[in-house]
Amino acid sequence: MIKKTLTFALMDAPYESANLTTAFRILDAAARRGHAINVFAYEGAAALAFTRQSPHPNPVHGKNLAEENHPTTKDQVAALLAEAARNGGKIDWVNCGMCVDERGVNEFVPGTRRGSPADFQTFLDASDNTLVIPTK
Amino acid sequence: MAKKSLNIVESAYRAVMEEQDDTILWLVAAMQGAGGSHTVVLRGNAVNYAIAGQGAPGLTVGEWKQSQAPRMDRDVADLIENRKIPVYVVEEDLAERGIAHDELVSGVKLVSRRALPRLFAEYEIISHW
Repeated sequence: MIKKTLTFALMDAPYESANLTTAFRILDAAARRGHAINVFAYEGAAALAFTRQSPHPNPVHGKNLAEENHPTTKDQVAALLAEAARNGGKIDWVNCGMCVDERGVNEFVPGTRRGSPADFQTFLDASDNTLVIPTK
Repeated sequence: MAKKSLNIVESAYRAVMEEQDDTILWLVAAMQGAGGSHTVVLRGNAVNYAIAGQGAPGLTVGEWKQSQAPRMDRDVADLIENRKIPVYVVEEDLAERGIAHDELVSGVKLVSRRALPRLFAEYEIISHW
C-alpha cells in the first residue's frame, strides 16, 4: 500500500461534541495503515493531549473509577501515537501554542509538541491531503 | 419543596461516546437525586434516545478500547424506572423519523406538539437543552 502524508486540523474541545469521536476513528484507521499523519490541534482541541486529565467514577451510573473506565482524550492521543509507530508510521501532533496558553493546558502527552499556525502551513504544503474538522 | 422542572432535550448524541452518556440526562438524574422534581421531554433528534435496543460498540483507538459505551435506551429506562422521572417524546418528531411507538422503551409517554403548552403550564421551570 502506498503511504500518504495526511494532515488533520481539529478544533473541538474534549467532551463537547461527536466530532472528536469521528476524528479519532479516522485517525485510528490512518495510523493502522502506517500513513504519515500530521495533526494541528487548534482552539479547544489544544486540550486533547493535556496530561492532567483524569478519569472519574460515576455515581449516576453506580460505577466506581475502575468500572466506569471513563475515556480521556490524552489516553486516546497516546494510543494513536503508539499505533502509528507500531505500523511504521508517525504522527506529528502539534498543539497550538497560543490556544494552549489561553486554556492553561501546557502539559502535553509525550510525543506531541507545541507549535503555531506556521506548522499547519508547513503541513498543508507537504501533505497529499488535508481534512479540517471544524467546530460548529 | 423542589420546584417542578421540565427539561426539553433536543440536542442528541453530542459527545455521548466521550461522556458515556448524555450530559443533560445525566444532569437531570443527578439533580433528581439531590431532591429535584424533574420531567424530561425528548424532541427533535433526541426522540431517538427512546428507541429500545440501541447501542454503540465501544470506540477503539490503537490498543485503547472503550469498555463502557453509551446506551441511551438504558439511560432513558433508568430515568423512568429507578429515578421516577417522567419521560415524554413528541409524537410528531417520532413520525417524521419513521419511528413506531412499539419501538420505544417501556414507560415512555407520548405528547403531541399541540399538547405541549398544557404540559408547560404544569411546571414552574422549563429548560430547553
